[in-house]
Amino acid sequence: MIQPSLWRVLEPKWRTALQKLREERSRGPGRLLILVLAASGFWLGVFGILYRILKYFRGVEDVGPLLAGKILGVVLLAFVGILVLSNVITALSSFFLSKDLDLLLSAPVDWLRLYCAKLGETLLHSSWMVALMAVPIFVAYGVVFRGGPLFVPYAVLTVAPLLVLPAVAGSALTLVLVNIFPARRTRDLLSIVALGAVGVLILLFRLIRPERLASPEGFRNLVEFIAVLRTPTSPYLPSEWAAQAVMGFLRGKIDLLPLALLWSTAGSFVVLGATLHRQLFAPGFTKAQEAAERFVRGTLWRRTVGVMLAFLPVAKREFVIKDVKLFFRDTTQWSQLILLAVLVVVYLFNIKTLPLHRGESVGFFYITLVSFLNLGLAGFVLAAIAARFVFPAVSLEGRHMWLLRSSPLDLRALLWSKYWVGTIPLLALALLLTGLTNVLLQVQPFMMALCLVTIVGLTFAIAALALGFGALFPQFETENAAQIPTSFGGLVYMMAAIAVLAAVIFCLWQGVFQYVRAVYLGRPVVIDAWMIWWFAAAAGLCAGVTAAALRAGLRRMERFEF
Amino acid sequence: MIRLEHLTKHYGSFVAVDDLSLEVPRGVLYGFLGPNGAGKTTTLRIIAGILRPTKGRVFLGGDDVHDRPLSAKSRLGFIPDRPFVYDKLTGAEFLRFVAALYGQEGDAVERRISELLEVFELTAWKDELVEAYSHGMRQKLIISSALIHRPQYIVVDEPMVGLDPKAARLLKDIFRQFVHRGGTVLMSTHTLEVAEAMCDRVAIIQHGKIVAEGTVRELRAQHHAGGGDASLEELFLKLTGGAQVRDLVEVLGDGGERA
Repeated sequence: MIQPSLWRVLEPKWRTALQKLREERSRGPGRLLILVLAASGFWLGVFGILYRILKYFRGVEDVGPLLAGKILGVVLLAFVGILVLSNVITALSSFFLSKDLDLLLSAPVDWLRLYCAKLGETLLHSSWMVALMAVPIFVAYGVVFRGGPLFVPYAVLTVAPLLVLPAVAGSALTLVLVNIFPARRTRDLLSIVALGAVGVLILLFRLIRPERLASPEGFRNLVEFIAVLRTPTSPYLPSEWAAQAVMGFLRGKIDLLPLALLWSTAGSFVVLGATLHRQLFAPGFTKAQEAAERFVRGTLWRRTVGVMLAFLPVAKREFVIKDVKLFFRDTTQWSQLILLAVLVVVYLFNIKTLPLHRGESVGFFYITLVSFLNLGLAGFVLAAIAARFVFPAVSLEGRHMWLLRSSPLDLRALLWSKYWVGTIPLLALALLLTGLTNVLLQVQPFMMALCLVTIVGLTFAIAALALGFGALFPQFETENAAQIPTSFGGLVYMMAAIAVLAAVIFCLWQGVFQYVRAVYLGRPVVIDAWMIWWFAAAAGLCAGVTAAALRAGLRRMERFEF
Repeated sequence: MIRLEHLTKHYGSFVAVDDLSLEVPRGVLYGFLGPNGAGKTTTLRIIAGILRPTKGRVFLGGDDVHDRPLSAKSRLGFIPDRPFVYDKLTGAEFLRFVAALYGQEGDAVERRISELLEVFELTAWKDELVEAYSHGMRQKLIISSALIHRPQYIVVDEPMVGLDPKAARLLKDIFRQFVHRGGTVLMSTHTLEVAEAMCDRVAIIQHGKIVAEGTVRELRAQHHAGGGDASLEELFLKLTGGAQVRDLVEVLGDGGERA
C-alpha cells in the first residue's frame, strides 16, 4: 500500500499554521509592524552587545579568538540544554496528547512515517525560538570575523544537526517516561523537574559570581586562564563540535571532522530514536490514555481562603476559591513559582553584592540612584510576572464562559475576583522585593517610604494593565497558560507596562532630584509644591491607568461572543 | 414564558438568525428542530445571554435578557451542547461553584448537590476531578448544574448527546415532570423520535427562519405530509429539503472485498 507523504501526514498542522498567519495578516499592518519592530529591536540589541564584545576580543592577540570560541561553545551548550528540556515537554504533547493522534493511529500510516512526522513537529515547535535567537549571534560572529557570504549556509549546516539531536533525545526520554508513568502525571513531573533544573542552573551560575573575572585580581591566573581556554570543554559534546566547526571556518582553517561528527551523530540518533519508537510507542500511547486518579476533598482552601473571605458575597468568594484551587491543582501553573523564587533570590543577591558599602563610604547620591533604578527594575520584574500569571486570567475562562455568561454573575464581580487574586500576591512580592532591597542598600527613610508607596501604586496599575490587555487580546483556544503571554497581546501589554513604568519613574525623578540635591548640598529637605505636583502626577498616573485598563477590559468582556 | 421578538444575528455578512419571533408558554416543552447550521445553537445562546443579538429582544418571564440580565438569568438553567467544565474541580465543587453564581450557599445547597449527584449516579465520583470524567458524565454534571438553583426555564442544546439510554430516559422524565409543575423547556435536538415523543410543540428552523411551528399533528395537517400520518422525520425532510437523498450505493461503494 502506498504510504502518504510526511507533508500529507502533517497537513492539518501546517494548514492550521497558514490559516493563523492569514488571520493575523487580515487584522491589518499594525500588529505586524509592532511584531517586526519588537523582534528587530531584540535582534539588534543582542547583535549590538555581542558585536562589541567580539570586536574587543578580536583585538586581543591569542586569547581573543579562543575566548570568542569558548563563548560560542557555552552559548551553544546552553541552547542544547534548553532544547532538550523544551523537546521533552513538547514531545509529550505531539507524540501522546495531540488531538490528531486518534485519526493518524486509526489510519493505515506506518510507524516510521508517524515517528518522522511527529519528530519534525516536535523539533519545529521547540526549536523555532532558539533558532531565531541564534540568528543575531551568528551574524555577529560572521561580521566581526569576516566570514563572508559562504558563512551563512555553513552556519545553517552546522546548526541544523544541533537542533535534531536534542529533538531525538528529548522525544526518546519522553517515550521512556510515558512508559513508566501515565502521560498526565509525566507532564506534571516534567514541568517540576524542568523548572527546578533551570532554577538550580540560574542559582549556581549567579552564586559563582562571574563578574569577579572582570575585577583586577582575576588576572593573576592569566597563564592558567589561557591554558583552560585552549582545551575543549568536553570532546563528546555536540555543542563543542559546532563551536569548533564555526570558529575553524571563521579563522580560515576549515576542519570537516566536527561537521562530519555532527551529521553522523544526528543521523544515528534518528535511527536509534526510530527503533526505540517502534518498540515503545504503542504501549506508551495506551498508557497515556489513562487519567491519573485523583480524589480531592478540597477542604483546605474552604477553611482558609473561604473563612478569610467570609465577608464577601458568595459568588465573589466562590470565584476566588475556584481560581486559587485551579492554580494550585495545575502543576504546569504553580511549578513556575519555583523559578520565580529563584529569580527573587538572585535579584536580592545581586543587590547585596553591589560594591556600594565596601570600605570607604559611598556617596549618598549613588545609593539613592541605585535605589531609584531598583524601583524601575522591580516594576519591570512585576510586569513580567503579571504577564505570566495575571494576563492569561481572562483567556483561561474562555471555554467556561457559557456558564459565567448564562448565570446571573455580574461581569464586574468576575473582573474584581480576577484582579484581586492576581494583585494581592503580586503586592506581597512587590513590597518584599522593594523593602528588602532598600534595607540591603541602607537607604534613607524618605526613599524607603517613597519606594514602598510607589511600588504599591505601580502594582495596582500593572495588574490592571495585565488583566485589561488579557481581556482585550484573549486567547480562548490556548489551553496552556504558559503560552498565552507570548502572544501578540502579551507583547503589547509588556510595551504598555514599560511605558507606564517609564512615565511614573520620570514623574518621581523630578521630585526626588530636588531631595537629592538638598541633601547633597547640606540644605534642609523642603517638600514644596513642585515635589507634591510631581508625586501627585505619578499617583494620578497609576490610578488613571488602573481605572482605564479595568474599564477597557470590562467593556471588551461584555462584547465577548462564544 | 420565553418570548423572542424579531431576533436577528449576523456574523459579518452571514445571517445566522433572521428576524425570528417565537413564544414558548409556561408549562410547555418546546422542541427546536433544524438541520446543521440552521441557527438553533446561536438562538439558544442568545436566549441564555451568552451572545448579543444584532437586533431583536429576548424575554424570560417579564425580563429582557439583555436589559435586565441578572434578574432574567437567575431563573434560567442553560445546558450547552459541549460539556466544557473546569477540569481541576471535583464534581461536587463544580456544583457548589455554580450554586454560588446564583447566590446560593449553605446546607440547602449541600443537600441539593447530594440529591442531584444521586439522581445522576455520580455520587461515587463527587470528589474526583472532572478531568477524569467521561463525556457522558460531564454532560450529566452540567445537567445537574442547570438544575441546582431550581430554575423556572430550561434552555437545552442537544441534551441526549453522550448520554447512555438510562440517563437519556431519566432526563426525559425530569423534563416532563418539570413542565408538569409549571416549568418551561426549550430544547433543540436532532433526535426526531425524542422530539416527537416528548415535545408539546415544535418549531422547525432553516437558514435562521422558522419554516413551520405547532404541534406535530398540526404540522402534519398543515403540510399534508405522508397522507396525514407521516412521521416527524418525513415532515422534517420535506420542510428542510433533505428528501433528495443521494444514491447511497454510490457513496458507500459495494462494501465487499476488492478483487
